[in-house]
Amino acid sequence: MEEQDKILHEVTSQEYKYGFTTDLEMDTIPKGLNEDVIRMISAKKEEPEFMLQFRLDAYRKWLKMPMPEWAYLKIPPIDFQDIIYYAAPKKKAEYESLDEVDPELLETFNKLGIPLEEQKVLAGVAVDAVIDSVSVKTTFKETLAEKGIIFCSFSEAVQEHPDLVKKYIGMAVPVADNFFAALNSAVFSDGSFCFIPKGVKCPMELSTYFRINAAGTGQFERTLIIAEDESYVSYLEGCTAPMRDENQLHAAVVEIIALDRAEVKYSTVQNWYPGDKQGKGGVYNFVTKRGICRGESSKISWTQVETGSAITWKYPSCILMGDNSVGEFNSVAVTNNFQQADTGTKMIHIGKNTKSTIISKGISAGKSDNSYRGLVKVLPGAVNSRNFSQCDSLLLGSTCGAHTFPYVEVGNKSSIVEHEATTSKIGEDQIFYCNQRGISTEDAIGMIVNGYAKEVLNKLPMEFAVEAQKLLQISLEGSVG
Amino acid sequence: MLTIKNLKASVEDKEILRGLNLDVKAGEVHAIMGPNGSGKSTLGNVLSGKEGYDDLDGEVEFLGEDLFELAAEDRAKKGLFLGFQYPVEIPGVPMVNFLKASVNEHRKFKGLEPLSASEFLKLMREKKEMLHLDSQLTNRSVNEGFSGGEKKKNEIFQMAMLEPKLAILDETDSGLDIDALKIVADGVNALKNPERSTIVITHYQRLLEYIVPDFVHVLYQGQIVKSGGKELALELEEKGYDWIKKETV
Repeated sequence: MEEQDKILHEVTSQEYKYGFTTDLEMDTIPKGLNEDVIRMISAKKEEPEFMLQFRLDAYRKWLKMPMPEWAYLKIPPIDFQDIIYYAAPKKKAEYESLDEVDPELLETFNKLGIPLEEQKVLAGVAVDAVIDSVSVKTTFKETLAEKGIIFCSFSEAVQEHPDLVKKYIGMAVPVADNFFAALNSAVFSDGSFCFIPKGVKCPMELSTYFRINAAGTGQFERTLIIAEDESYVSYLEGCTAPMRDENQLHAAVVEIIALDRAEVKYSTVQNWYPGDKQGKGGVYNFVTKRGICRGESSKISWTQVETGSAITWKYPSCILMGDNSVGEFNSVAVTNNFQQADTGTKMIHIGKNTKSTIISKGISAGKSDNSYRGLVKVLPGAVNSRNFSQCDSLLLGSTCGAHTFPYVEVGNKSSIVEHEATTSKIGEDQIFYCNQRGISTEDAIGMIVNGYAKEVLNKLPMEFAVEAQKLLQISLEGSVG
Repeated sequence: MLTIKNLKASVEDKEILRGLNLDVKAGEVHAIMGPNGSGKSTLGNVLSGKEGYDDLDGEVEFLGEDLFELAAEDRAKKGLFLGFQYPVEIPGVPMVNFLKASVNEHRKFKGLEPLSASEFLKLMREKKEMLHLDSQLTNRSVNEGFSGGEKKKNEIFQMAMLEPKLAILDETDSGLDIDALKIVADGVNALKNPERSTIVITHYQRLLEYIVPDFVHVLYQGQIVKSGGKELALELEEKGYDWIKKETV
C-alpha cells in the first residue's frame, strides 16, 4: 500500500506538472452557435441520441432566456456568436523561452514554489516533451476500479456509462436553470464524471489532476458526481497556479447527487487570470454548482477559495431533500485591482430536520467589488430545520467595496435561521505591529488574511490548504501601504 | 547604543517633535516623562519606523547605523523593540504562531537556523516562568479579547522572547493595576543587563518606583527641556508639569 501511495503521489505531481497538453491537430468548427453547430458537436463526440436531445433542449430554452442582470457586477456585453464552441485548439506556445515571459508572472510562480518546467507550461512557453506515464495512471485507475469507483472524463462516461449519465444529468441543475447553465448544457465540451457505488469510501482525494484522458480545463466544463448510499468522496477542483487561458468566457456546471447517508466534499481553488492591474483582460467565470442531498442523512459540503477571474458569478448550492440531510458552504473570495465577484450560496431546505451552515469570508482590495449573495429557503415541510450563516468582509484600503445580500425565507415555525455579519479593515496599525516584531509587510498581510480566513481554510484538505494560504498572500500583494 | 540629534517630525503640518536630542548608552535605563501631547508616543513610533510622519529630520544613530535607512522590520531585527501603548488585535492568528514567526525572523537575520517547534515551546515556557505569566495568553489570537493588563503583559512577554538591545516601552504602565504593574516591572528588571538599554515612556512617576531609571528626561512641546537623575521624577510628581511649562515659557 505504501508503494502504491508513493506511485500515486508521483503521478499526482507529474500530472499536475504536465497537465496542459497542446494538441495542434484538433479540428475546429466555425464560430457561432446554432442547432447545426450543436448537432456537429454531438456528432463529433459520437454521442448517443439522448445527449443530442439534451443539448438541443437546452439550446432552445437558452435562446429565450435573457442574460441575468441581478448580480452586483458590471459585465461587458458578450457576443455569443463570436465564440468557437467546439474544442478550439489551444494556441501555439506564445514564447520560445521563459526570458520572454512577464517577470511579474514568473515571480508569482516562484513564490508558489512551482517547478521550472511547470512554469513554462503555465506561462505558455514551448515545452518539448510531455511526459505521460501510462502505467502509473493505470495503477491509479485500477485502485479505484477495484472498489467500483468510476472516475473519468465526461465524454468517456457518455460512451461507457450512458445509463448513469442519462439518469443523473440535469438532476441538480436542470437545463433551463439559468442562462449560463443552459448555454453549458447546449455546448459543454468535456469535464469530469465520478461515481461512487453503494457503501464505498473513496480511499483518496479525487483531483482533476488525476483525471484521465481529459486535457486541460475547458471553456464549458461539466462535472457530475454521484454518491450512492453510504458512500463518501472528497473531490478537489482547480489548481493554485495562475492559469493562463485564452478563453475569456467560462460557464461551467457542476452537479452532485448524494443518496442515502452519502457524503460528498467538494473543494475548489479558483485562480483564473484576473486581468492586469488596470483591469484589462481576465476571465469571466459564470459557474453553476449545485448538489442535491436526495437521500436521508446525506451531506454535501462546498469549500471554495476564489482568488482569480475578472468577474466571478458563482453560487454553489445545496438542495436538502432527504430528511436529516446537511449542507455546508465555506468560502473565501478575494478581489483585488478591478476584479468583481458576486458569489454565495443557496440552501434550500425541503426535508425534515435539515441543517445548513454558511461561512463566507470576503476580502476586497484595490478598486474591486466583492459581494456575498445568499438564499436560505426553508419550505413549510422542512420542520425543525436549522441554518447558521456567517458573512464577514475584510477591506484592504478605502477604494474597494464589500456588499452583502442575504435572502431568508422561512416557511414554518419550528425552524431556526441565524445570520451574522461583520465588516472589518486591515489596519496599518496591525501591519506596523507585525513589522515591529520583525515580520515583513508581505508576510504580515498573509498572516492577517489567513487568520481571518482560517475557519474556511481549515476545511480544505491539508495540502490544498497550504497552497491556498500562499495564494491568498500573493493575491493581495501590494494592496496595503 | 542610540544617539538622537535634532529630531523633528510632524503630522499634517503640525510639528510634534521639534529638535529632540537624546543619548542612550548600553545598559542604561532612561525615563521619558511629559504631559499629554508633548510627543512621547511620537518619539517611540518614529524610532521604530511607523509611517505617517512628515518632515522627518535630524540624525538618529542606532548601534552605529543610520536608523532612517532601515525599514521598520529591520530595525526590529537589529534589536529595537517597541512595547506598544495600545497593542492591536489580530483575530485568527494564534499568539504562538505570531511569536514563532517573529522569533524566527530575528534568528534568520542573525544567520541562525529557525527554532524547531519543540525548541520554541521550551523557550516560551522558560520565559513565561521567568515572568510568572499564566500560559493561557499564547493559545489565543494575538491580543484578541485580552484585557488591558493582559495586553501589556503580553508586550513584556514578547520582549523577553525577542531579547532586544533597546526596548522602548510606551506607557506600558497605563491602565495597569498594581499587581500587573509589578509583573511588568519585574519583567523589565529581570531582562536588564549591561548590554541592554531601556527607554521607559511614561506619564506618571508610579512605574519608576519599580523600574529605577538612570536618567529622567522631561519632554515638552517636542523637545527635551529638562534632564536629571531619578529624583527628577519625584520632583515632577510633587510639582506637576505646570512647573516645567512655566519654566519653559
